[in-house]
Amino acid sequence: MSTTTPKAPSRRARRAAPDPGATVLFDAPGPVARRNAFVFSLVGAVLVVAVVVVAVLRLADRGQFKGALWAPLLDPSDKDFQQVWKLIGTGLGNTLRAAVIAIVLSLVIGTVIALLRLSLGRVGRVPVVALIELLRGLPVVITILLVYTVVTSYRVNLGFLPGGRDLWILVIGLTLYNCVIIAEIVRAGVVSLPRGQREAALAVGLTNQQAMRSILLPQAFRVMLPSLISQLIVVLKDTSLISLIGGYIELLKQGGLLIQNLGNPIQVYVVIGIIYILINYTLGKLAEYVQRRSSRSSASGRVPIVDGATGTATV
Amino acid sequence: MSPVLDNLDLYWSGFLKSLLICIYAMVGALLLGTVLAAFRVSPVPTLRWVGSAYVTVLRNTPLTVVLFFLAFGLPELGINQSFYTFGVAGLIFYTSAFVCEAVRSGVNSVAPGQAEAARSIGLNFTQSLTVVVLPQALRTVVPPLGSVIIAMFKNSAVVGAFGVGSDLYSVGKQLSSAQGLPALPVYVGSALGYLVITLSAGLALAVIERKVAIVR
Repeated sequence: MSTTTPKAPSRRARRAAPDPGATVLFDAPGPVARRNAFVFSLVGAVLVVAVVVVAVLRLADRGQFKGALWAPLLDPSDKDFQQVWKLIGTGLGNTLRAAVIAIVLSLVIGTVIALLRLSLGRVGRVPVVALIELLRGLPVVITILLVYTVVTSYRVNLGFLPGGRDLWILVIGLTLYNCVIIAEIVRAGVVSLPRGQREAALAVGLTNQQAMRSILLPQAFRVMLPSLISQLIVVLKDTSLISLIGGYIELLKQGGLLIQNLGNPIQVYVVIGIIYILINYTLGKLAEYVQRRSSRSSASGRVPIVDGATGTATV
Repeated sequence: MSPVLDNLDLYWSGFLKSLLICIYAMVGALLLGTVLAAFRVSPVPTLRWVGSAYVTVLRNTPLTVVLFFLAFGLPELGINQSFYTFGVAGLIFYTSAFVCEAVRSGVNSVAPGQAEAARSIGLNFTQSLTVVVLPQALRTVVPPLGSVIIAMFKNSAVVGAFGVGSDLYSVGKQLSSAQGLPALPVYVGSALGYLVITLSAGLALAVIERKVAIVR
């Protein structure tokens, strides 16, 4: 919706047209509004700068900008630099490994749960729905804690799995929580397809299972790819919960261990925070890009978007 | 299950404490998130920029990292509070980014004609936002906003694990490690407490959704 008149907009009006972030809530700002906005921004900027200066002064007062605290993280010539970044790399690798295994397992198990829910009758699917509600209602940190408790107090042997027991405590906990969310994403993907897709498949002689396997699921997976990527962000963030419980050494826990040796919590958490933000931001952009592509060419035209944080599908 | 039944009073106080964390965080996150959403749709570019920077940073950082940041960073700035305050504040900061996005999507879903009509009868930006657009936007965002809040209720367990003391998570920890009760039933007891919170919130959400839904 343009805020300028559709007929022959003057050059000035076009230049003043709001940027894509703007909405219909306001007109293209005129000279007064622009001046007001500028003054307002200036005052705001001065306030922000003042707060930052106070914060920086206080941090400096406490010696948080001393080279010794930052050097192991930023100065390649520091004696600890290589070792520190090697450890951060290991932690990051462990985070990524746990997240990827958990998302792949969730995808497989979630698809099975979704197919069960879709194919069982009204009564038959009651236990499936109950399981979904149960696992969705539990906080993921509690799920991981329960898995941890079962494995440690009953000495469940997970050693035969590659990667070690601690990795699998985290992976199983994350999978339990995420498989039901993925199941709902898959279901939303299948339900969002036009009915004709299944009807045409049955008309050419495919059975119900064949139609699901070779017609419906492949389309559903493509449609829900963006949601899957956003769910990966959630899983990546959730791997850090194990650092509150103990065992697996992922990125955040690795940071905690580094802090014990270097004694610079603020600096290490800044670096680790930036790493998380960079990875998740990139994934978020990737999800948006895939979404744009698939909404351009999907069979249904209605791409269900699932909010990664909450796991709710909105079609 | 006797470790749970013998300590029902402890669980009850833990449940109330967790519920209190949820309620504080819900009110705080809704207020802060709505203000941020107003930032993101405002005509002032700087405010839009601040809003989107906040959302980008807070949405992509794990809640655990946010909590560690507050607990280690703020004391260095001379702000000393209990872990409880830091925990609730961290939950508010983290959740408000998601609330902001939900509310913003609602603002975008209000028909442009509404805002145009508001402007044409002479309302300014603040008036048209608060009197015309936001009331409608808030009704359309009840489902996504509700999911954000339920996710926040679940995240309150992270605040508990962070060590605020005497909430549902801490009760489980206390009973299993200090009193040496078998860990699994004890933690199942805590989990049941959270289930009561999240499932009843889900039911309440469904009721509210039916009441306020706008048919377009």
